[in-house]
Amino acid sequence: MFELDGVSLEIDGRPILRDVSLAVSDDGITVLLGPSGAGKTMILRLLNRLEVPTAGVVRFRGESVASIDPLALRRRVGMVFQRPAPFPGTVRDNLRVADPVAADDALLAALGGAGLPPAFLDRSADDLSGGESQRMCLARTLVTRPEVLLMDEPTSALDPDARHRLERTARDLAAEGRPVVWVTHDLDQADRLADDVLVVIDGRVASAAERDRFLKEDDGG
Amino acid sequence: MRPMDDTAIGWGGLTLSLILVAVAVGLSVWQGLRLEREIVWACARAISQLLAVGYLLVLVVDEDAPVIWAWLWVVAMVVFAAVTVRRRASEIPDITRLAALAISASATISLLVVFGLGVYPNVGRAVVPIAGMMIGNSIGSVVVAARRIVGELADRRPEVEARLALGQPWQQASKPFVRSALRTALTSQLESTKAVGLVFLPGAMTGLILAGVDPVDAVLVQAAIMYLILGCVATNVVVIGLGLTRRLFTSDHRLIRLARTTA
Repeated sequence: MFELDGVSLEIDGRPILRDVSLAVSDDGITVLLGPSGAGKTMILRLLNRLEVPTAGVVRFRGESVASIDPLALRRRVGMVFQRPAPFPGTVRDNLRVADPVAADDALLAALGGAGLPPAFLDRSADDLSGGESQRMCLARTLVTRPEVLLMDEPTSALDPDARHRLERTARDLAAEGRPVVWVTHDLDQADRLADDVLVVIDGRVASAAERDRFLKEDDGG
Repeated sequence: MRPMDDTAIGWGGLTLSLILVAVAVGLSVWQGLRLEREIVWACARAISQLLAVGYLLVLVVDEDAPVIWAWLWVVAMVVFAAVTVRRRASEIPDITRLAALAISASATISLLVVFGLGVYPNVGRAVVPIAGMMIGNSIGSVVVAARRIVGELADRRPEVEARLALGQPWQQASKPFVRSALRTALTSQLESTKAVGLVFLPGAMTGLILAGVDPVDAVLVQAAIMYLILGCVATNVVVIGLGLTRRLFTSDHRLIRLARTTA
């Protein structure tokens, strides 16, 4: 579904990604795993063009993302960020930002997809718990009916219960045919979720030896 | 009314006013602020600049001098104002060009209204000081608006990017935050406009009263100037809002990396 071909990324002259080549499968959950600061989030941001590579090509379904209208691309490639960013107003107002003319049925379907009951539609977005807020952000993304979901450590600010519920939701979405690319530094979470794992270390896709070493070190604590 | 000569202080009066500079220096020494050299330098620089400008102004506002000199003076003021804005807000991308654009736009509109409609006569004596007040006030409003916009977009980056990630174009994704920044920038001028007369007497009115003009006439002049400044500041704020926000996003709708400001 996604291909990165010799992708490098520099920010303010600092190398973040170095000659990354990888392919992301078209189904299930692909986990980008690696230590903090390895460049996982930047890979995710390249996939919906919130970043552009300094060198190399990013392809989505065989087409360079540079040649796709960025606004259309972002609606096809939905993204949920590490920390929820609710907008002012109710949950309905938030969902309508994604589609101002969406019918209530579509909003309810998106809420359901994110594991929230219909009663949430009229709740104030400011009154939601961290887990509920993150789910609302997921629902907001689902309103655009994305072909794929990018999830950037979406459970890092959640308690264990909310974390497990969001993981279950991601698995359900993937099972319904919406592939998910999930970033985490948590090996246990990768074990629970991943159909495929790509390990990223120090701005590069890890070699087999580096990958084994990372998994072993992480196992050891 | 006192004759104007009574209000001319002359070199003797200026020398006596140096006592106040000495007070400032003394206070700095007493409190260990180490600003003595800075104070003396600032005062020396101010009088030198003002004297130079004063002698040049004599040529420009002379009744026999062609009014084009006054307008050229206005152009020079716009350029200096843009350079001053850059010095005060150097962290803002492309600020010199944007400031020159905003200040030119606001000066053009406001000066066209006052001189085009004959509120004031199109003579050097009126053009230079009125344009000076417009442009002088523009500097502060441009700096505040620019810093507010950058500060707001930097602080609210997660929300802006969440909107961009939903497929919103930059104009829409930035709108709530730019609107809030522009409201803040304009509110301070509105507050000054509301407080005028109650809290402070503005410079032009004070000057006219000191020069012996009837206070009510002085008030009319000052009120017109206040309204002009308000229009000018509103124009500056909106031009900076449109121009700078465009500059902070790429053509493919990404928010560029922003330095935090201390607006």
